[in-house]
Amino acid sequence: MSNNLKLITAPLRKANPITVLILGICSALAVTAKLKPAIVMALSVTVVTALSNLVISLLRKGIPAKIRIIVQLIVVATLVILVDQFLKAFVYDVSKQLSVFVGLIITNCIVMGRLEAFAMSHKPWESLLDGIGNGLGYGSILVIVAFFRELLGSGTLFGFRVIPQGLYDFGYVNNGLMILPPMALIIIGIIIWLQKPEEEK
Amino acid sequence: MMDTLGIFFRSIFIDNMVFAYFLGMCSFLAVSKNVKTSFGLGIAVTFVLIVTVPVNYLLDRYVLSEGALAWISPAFADVSLDFLSFILFIAIIAAIVQILEMIIEKFSPALYNSLGIFLPLIAVNCAILGASLFMQGKDFTSVGQSLAYGFGSGIGWLLAIVGMAAIREKIRYSKIPKRLQGTGIAFIITGLMGIAFMAFLGISF
Repeated sequence: MSNNLKLITAPLRKANPITVLILGICSALAVTAKLKPAIVMALSVTVVTALSNLVISLLRKGIPAKIRIIVQLIVVATLVILVDQFLKAFVYDVSKQLSVFVGLIITNCIVMGRLEAFAMSHKPWESLLDGIGNGLGYGSILVIVAFFRELLGSGTLFGFRVIPQGLYDFGYVNNGLMILPPMALIIIGIIIWLQKPEEEK
Repeated sequence: MMDTLGIFFRSIFIDNMVFAYFLGMCSFLAVSKNVKTSFGLGIAVTFVLIVTVPVNYLLDRYVLSEGALAWISPAFADVSLDFLSFILFIAIIAAIVQILEMIIEKFSPALYNSLGIFLPLIAVNCAILGASLFMQGKDFTSVGQSLAYGFGSGIGWLLAIVGMAAIREKIRYSKIPKRLQGTGIAFIITGLMGIAFMAFLGISF
């Protein structure tokens, strides 16, 4: 049991896919300018990683080693299409904001990386947990980055004004640079900096 | 003609794959440790983009988008296969990468050896799929424009990774705070390069 629990908790900090393993930065940083799309993206990635891990783990004995990448891609692509259609049906405005980045979950290195490194050699239940853990570990970073970018860049959280009007009257200005893409990278750099001593212990 | 040229330069400098959309970051950070290998990877990515973007453009135009199937029979005029684009694009990309690998191995073993392990990895590089998906939303009017877009995106990616590798080669000799070494500083450098690239925003074609 404790072993299974570890599968979920380890990716949150010690083996975090973004800050420690440097996987899957590809597509998702562009959606962190606001909290809402970041959370939707985090959930979508978690669903895709968990389910694709499960499916591949169930199929793992039947997949010939030579064509395994193609098989994995097809499974992932199918799941992503389902997620995309789901988002379009229920949260249309967010799905418009995410635009092509939902599709890019297919080539997100986390998904492929976990399939290769974990699901191909483990049982279905463990793979499912591992997928959930990695999705959440990834999502947590997205949410942290989005929190700071929205707070400092637009002065809002989830679209609600957080910084009081008085501060603006006093001369406070939103940091427009925060909304632009490069700041996401710099924030991640700082998160890595702060997180480093934890793994050394 | 002007339009095509504009698309080409826009995709290199303004809509740069790495700095504006964070695409292909995984291999960007993993491979950019020395200039030579990153140049090889950059060439390979450009190569694959030049082929896959136009092919996916044709696929999108004549099979996937709404009313695209009208050339078979007017009865299909309101059929839209849009939802299939992810799976078909990635299948096409994987197939083309495989074919390219075989062709290069046959005709130019030297190039094959220098690209080596990078070629198969390109199939899962986000920049490749990303370019195809962005192309879908851009309403290009001819194959030439999509070719210019693919070529430009590839060159933009090449520029970014080679620049990054050059900086990382130099930075080996500088004093960096211990916890920031390696990936931490790489992220911050990429961010700073992105800010520098934003200077091109003012250019319009």
